[in-house]
Amino acid sequence: MSDTHAEAAQLAFVRQEPIPPAPPPVAEAGIVKWLRDNLFSSVPNAILTLASLWAIWWLLSSSMPWVFNGVWDAGSLRECREILDGATGACWAVVRERWAQLVFGVTYPEEAYWRPATAFVLLFVALAPVLFPKAPRSLLPFTAVYPFLAYFLVWGGSVWVPVMAAAGFVVGYLVFQRLVAQSFAMGFFGAIAAALVFWWVAGFVTPTLTAIAPITLEAVESRNMGGFMLNLILGTVCVSLSLPIGIALALGRQSGMPVVKWICIVFIEFIRGVPLITLLFVANVVLAYFLPPNSTFDLILRVIIMITMFASAYIAEVVRGGLAALPKGQYEAASALGLDYPQAMRLIILPQALKISIPGIVNVAVGLFKDTTLVSVIAMFDLVGMIRGPILASTDWNGVYWELFGFAAALFFVVCYGISQYSQWLERQLQTDRR
Amino acid sequence: MQKSVFLAAVAGVGMTAGVASAATLDDVQARGTLNCGVNTGLVGFAAPNAEGEWEGFDVAVCKAVAAAVLGDPSAVEYVSLTGKTRFTALASGEIDMLSRNTTQTFTRDVDLKFEFTGINYYDGQGFMVPAELGVSSATELDGATICIQTGTTTELNLADYFRSNNMDYEPVPIETNAEAQQQYLAGACDVYTTDGSGLAATRAAFENPSEHVILPEVISKEPLGPVVRHGDNEWGDIVRWTLYALIAAEEYGVTSANVDELAEGTDSPEINRLLGTEGNFGEVMGLSSDWAVNAIKAGGNYGEIFARHIGEDTPVGLSRGLNAQWTEGGLMYAPPFR
Amino acid sequence: MTSVTEPPRESFRLSMLLNDKRYRFYTFQFVALLLLIVFMAYLGWNLVRNLAILGQDISFEFLGTPAGYDINQSLIPYENQDPHLRASFVGVLNTLLVAFLGCVTATIFGVLAGVLRLSKNWLVAKLMAVYVEIFRNVPVLIWILIIFFVMTAALPPPSAFRGDDPSSTMLFDAIALTNRGVYVPKPIWGAGSGALAAVFLASIAGAIYYRRYATRLLYATGRLLPMVWPTLAILILPTLAAYALLGGPVTLEYPELRGFNFQDGIQIRGSLIALWFALAIYTGAFIAENVRAGILSVSHGQTEAAAALGLRPRRVMSLVVLPQALRVVIPPVISQYLNLTKNSSLAIAVGYMDVTGTLGGITLNQTGRAIESVLLLMLFYLLISLSISAVMNLYNNAVKLKER
Repeated sequence: MSDTHAEAAQLAFVRQEPIPPAPPPVAEAGIVKWLRDNLFSSVPNAILTLASLWAIWWLLSSSMPWVFNGVWDAGSLRECREILDGATGACWAVVRERWAQLVFGVTYPEEAYWRPATAFVLLFVALAPVLFPKAPRSLLPFTAVYPFLAYFLVWGGSVWVPVMAAAGFVVGYLVFQRLVAQSFAMGFFGAIAAALVFWWVAGFVTPTLTAIAPITLEAVESRNMGGFMLNLILGTVCVSLSLPIGIALALGRQSGMPVVKWICIVFIEFIRGVPLITLLFVANVVLAYFLPPNSTFDLILRVIIMITMFASAYIAEVVRGGLAALPKGQYEAASALGLDYPQAMRLIILPQALKISIPGIVNVAVGLFKDTTLVSVIAMFDLVGMIRGPILASTDWNGVYWELFGFAAALFFVVCYGISQYSQWLERQLQTDRR
Repeated sequence: MQKSVFLAAVAGVGMTAGVASAATLDDVQARGTLNCGVNTGLVGFAAPNAEGEWEGFDVAVCKAVAAAVLGDPSAVEYVSLTGKTRFTALASGEIDMLSRNTTQTFTRDVDLKFEFTGINYYDGQGFMVPAELGVSSATELDGATICIQTGTTTELNLADYFRSNNMDYEPVPIETNAEAQQQYLAGACDVYTTDGSGLAATRAAFENPSEHVILPEVISKEPLGPVVRHGDNEWGDIVRWTLYALIAAEEYGVTSANVDELAEGTDSPEINRLLGTEGNFGEVMGLSSDWAVNAIKAGGNYGEIFARHIGEDTPVGLSRGLNAQWTEGGLMYAPPFR
Repeated sequence: MTSVTEPPRESFRLSMLLNDKRYRFYTFQFVALLLLIVFMAYLGWNLVRNLAILGQDISFEFLGTPAGYDINQSLIPYENQDPHLRASFVGVLNTLLVAFLGCVTATIFGVLAGVLRLSKNWLVAKLMAVYVEIFRNVPVLIWILIIFFVMTAALPPPSAFRGDDPSSTMLFDAIALTNRGVYVPKPIWGAGSGALAAVFLASIAGAIYYRRYATRLLYATGRLLPMVWPTLAILILPTLAAYALLGGPVTLEYPELRGFNFQDGIQIRGSLIALWFALAIYTGAFIAENVRAGILSVSHGQTEAAAALGLRPRRVMSLVVLPQALRVVIPPVISQYLNLTKNSSLAIAVGYMDVTGTLGGITLNQTGRAIESVLLLMLFYLLISLSISAVMNLYNNAVKLKER
């Protein structure tokens, strides 16, 4: 002990505090380290990096002048070329001139453009409480009203048609409330019957009501819908319709009743086994044979029927996955509590199973939304149909491919990427819930 | 959730249409609009303009029928159809008449059970090639790549023509005229074949129409005309005689400009019967007596319609040729109004 | 005698059909069956009435009548006087061709992108993420059309190769890239090519035998024989020697511009390329996600355990991570193959003559037999997807057995 002290005393200098840490070598800090770690950690990696850089440069250098040197103001491709005078540049003028047609189609009345636009904006308000757990619950009633409001806005006509349709649901719900105490089946079928009777009666009352209180918007027929609006309508309508059907099919496929089970299995496997395009052919050229003679189902309605069938088969499989993922204990616990099948499903199983399947359902919805472009193959003027048909056929814009398809791709990318980001966000939310 | 939209739509359709009857005329009058099937886009014949209004030679026939039946040429719902969808749309009742450069053939008339109500354009299938190829006859096309619209009679004619001339070719099937145009212009096919009128219309849309030649050979007869469902003869008569009224009007010199004046009565009994000042032809068909006046006012007589949409002064630039009045050496020959 | 008292035997009441669990089971099924039958009968009755009104019937006789149209790409001999049935079959083969090519290419794209997305190289990983997101989120129909139009617009027509000073030339004097498609040399199997093929087959067998032998040796003695180079040598050298000995039995037929088109060689049509490439690139983006998820699903402990055993990184990948990842990856990838096959029906948008183009397209149009054609079309696709599902189930069962 003392020895050391003595030695210390003999020394001329003793450092009292530690040396401050030296800055790391240049190659091991900041951006250089990051570059070395992430881009140039080895020779193959460096080659890969350089190749990627070259690819990015090539892509940008060949596309950016074209994009930013674009002509926005011209009446035809010929004018565009004259303005550009040999320089590279896009002819965005086509998007500008045909903007309304690309979004709303050829025949939707121009003075009514605000209606689908409003419906589109309100869609987000209506969806908020369903999609975001933190959104105010007070919006839920609006969500319930929204489908009828959207129908009124987009299709127009007498306000009493959607009002009566909504009233039918209310009547059905009231009947269900009364009868469900006796048995679920009684309530369920009673509600359907009541709603149907109500609608049947309403069919006679509506014209009178319209005459008394003529609150109407200019009626627009389905066949006048087109452009991106048609894609959005088909997407939202078919997904919303296919949800209940898909859940019913999934339950049917899980059910212990062999007849019900096999009906569901055959339906689901059949629909999933054929491409959507053949179903659209059915809507287009075959379905009319199976409907009563002289019935006036127009093409868009037939397409909605077929796409809804298509989507419900896929949603059924997603929901079935959710049902299968629930631990068996949940089913057993529900039985132990003495709940019967409808109660167990409604109160215990479905809420949990649906929560698990939401990301899957969103994926199906994105896929379906992309698939709505297939209707252009059966000569409907959706966004792609508008481009391939009237716009490219016109003398003015014959030959403007990049700009139009680029625009279409960008629109779809924004919507689909947005939804898939939402789905990933939701997946993370759900995961933290369970841990 | 939006089940209601669907149900409401069904309910709405049910309410407006009521119980549809078998007679197309009653349906059209009850509905107040004529559902007319047209091409998805062929300049001059049927194409929506920048304002989204349909116009063209085939569209004018729809307008004339709507004017004759409903008194309003704008009361038409246009349903655009491809070669594939047109007949099903007609058979299923989605449209009341088809006016989409449709060739009258035995099979379509007899086997597919449709009724052709006259001919509004006598056409024939031809070939268009770039002038720089130096081809002057279709017989020099051995080994060529040929763009063709699928679902049309042209496909079969082409196969027949090359088989009977012992030549080879490679078909490039294309769904729409616009895409065929693009393929042809880019040189992905050497030849584009379709009806002569379609070739002229397509060429008119090119940047340099003079760089393309239409070969002299016409390899088929393509009488094009409006089509209705088999079995509803009253409706077929209306469409047929509306077309004849337009053709007869040209023959008698009735135009959209002077029709009002002539409708007050003339010295010519033929014109008087046509315009309803003599006889009751309109009532016999279940229409008003001034049906033909309305039809002619809608877009003019046959000659005016032709000149406005596809005539020599338009970009399409078709000459009358076979479609001139019979008095001028053509085939347009309306039966007498008697 | 059982001690459990039986529930009192009630006499049957009508309400028991709905309220008693035993009877309700049958009531519901009966009602479901009845509804199904009524629904089907309704559709059938409508069909009969509609057909009567239109004066049509249902008959498959049209399949035997001459088709009358030509098909540009056919894997079997076909001319326009052959019956519709043969035309449909040509279409079926074309569908299978594009589906096969698409699946192979999509797998390559998908695996590459999926693995590179997990790369430590930040730039490459981001680039792959961009690829996956862009292609996944835009409809495949738009991709097919874009690639088709771009090919038509960007590549030169055959006439550009003509003349003394052509604006385009063939690659290596052998491959011509035109907007009608790509022309590549075609092998001509001359005399002695049978022997050549036999030698090649024999060397494949030899390579397999060598690998088996090396594995056995490894297990028996622990001696590690080199694998890659000997295998390649066994595969290639004998065939090359045979080729030289036989005096070059296989020659190449080069495409040559004659008349309007390139003649000879193999033509890969623009429509096929557009469809093939678009489907591959689109499905590849989905497969990339499956591959990524599969690799991530193998827990890190596995990699560390393998490393602790002293395995080198390459072996960790091939012996530990991949086998486990594949079990997760393969089922979704097979369903991607199924999707690709179904999406190949979009061929109709670019005029590729697959079964939707022949049977569901031209045949349907020319004969007007909509119901029959669409029915046959659906049955064909159903058959394909059921067989793919069957394969998938077989695989799943095989994997399951190993697991437990």
